[in-house]
Amino acid sequence: MTDKLVSYLLQLADNSLIYGHRLSEWTGHGPELEVDMALSNIALDSMGAARSFYQYAAEIEGGDKTEDSYPYLRDVLKFKNVILVEQPNGNFADTIARSFYFDCFQFYYYSALQKSSNERIAAIAAKSLKEATYHKRFSSGWVIKLGDGTEVSKQKMQDGLNQFWDYTGELFKPTDLEKEMQEKGISPNLDEIKTLWEKSINETLAEARLTITDTTGPWHHSGGKIGKHSEHLGFILAELQFVQRAYPNSEW
Amino acid sequence: MVNEKEVFAYLENVCDPEVPVLNVIDLGIIREVLVDEKNNAVAVKITPTYSGCPAMNTIAANIKFELLAQGIKNVTVTETLSPPWTTDWMSENGKRKLKEFGIAPPQYQQKNNPLEEDAIVPCPHCESKKTKLISQFGSTSCKALYKCEDCLEPFDYFKCY
Repeated sequence: MTDKLVSYLLQLADNSLIYGHRLSEWTGHGPELEVDMALSNIALDSMGAARSFYQYAAEIEGGDKTEDSYPYLRDVLKFKNVILVEQPNGNFADTIARSFYFDCFQFYYYSALQKSSNERIAAIAAKSLKEATYHKRFSSGWVIKLGDGTEVSKQKMQDGLNQFWDYTGELFKPTDLEKEMQEKGISPNLDEIKTLWEKSINETLAEARLTITDTTGPWHHSGGKIGKHSEHLGFILAELQFVQRAYPNSEW
Repeated sequence: MVNEKEVFAYLENVCDPEVPVLNVIDLGIIREVLVDEKNNAVAVKITPTYSGCPAMNTIAANIKFELLAQGIKNVTVTETLSPPWTTDWMSENGKRKLKEFGIAPPQYQQKNNPLEEDAIVPCPHCESKKTKLISQFGSTSCKALYKCEDCLEPFDYFKCY
């Protein structure tokens, strides 16, 4: 049971870490100063949430494990984040599209996770939800601004939404581990979250005068939750883990 | 021997490194102070503001330094996540100091829908209620950026959490 709980915690943590890392790539490159600060702030919140889950995992595992062991010392196949969050930033509208899907998911996921039978997970979720609320407002707001903007911004927003659509299915497709966690009341019911997510996404898209063209049907990318990633994660880790690999055990 | 009241007075000397007009009492992050008079020990429980707030480690260290400097021998500072911190815990004194410093203090959160915009945020300089949100994310995690449409000054808003 302990192993499985750690696996589940790592899935939650890895989602936030890799998402935060991707957003942090915008730091110093944002299209305007306020957006640069916003994306950096969201990255920071995500790193904070990741740390809370990693710290808990390290406490459960004990030994010489610390919160740093997981982000710095695991290879690609051990990461359990969804493939959506490791996708490259693309242009600003692409990043907003990816954030829109994911922030909306996180908002409803954390809302449900607050009721987890595991008190520590519930506490982290309650805290992270306050931050995820601002993230959702930010990305939904930009979908509306770009979608209901100029012809160019509308097209770019639409392209972004289309590009990441077939990565959203994985968010709601439970793995065996998630099914088991749900039975124990630890993790939420993904079907219920999907219903809330779709409703919210559709409301925002209507306001933005955009629609999603579902070109792939029921087929969506998946595998990240069980360690089967796209080629992009390896490049992220090459950067994220460089110092630990080059100078093992170095500390600040 | 130190008592709880004195410890709280000492904690007023510990400021938020990012918003230096506020001390840790104003912020409302002190959740518990346990004094063990026999062993001259104090245990302080704090709660983080934002999950990723880089100031938390410094705040914890500064609490320790302050209490050690006051002659307390054993000081421990631990973190607790639940219940999560909220800006509703900020003291009235803290809100007044923030406003004098030029940062609009957080409005009380009595909203049914957390996804809605915050209520009207009055300008800390001219009190005007004609203000506009520029960015939900400001120079630190806890602040949003606003502009006053009367005096035209931009200002920080310590946003609700």
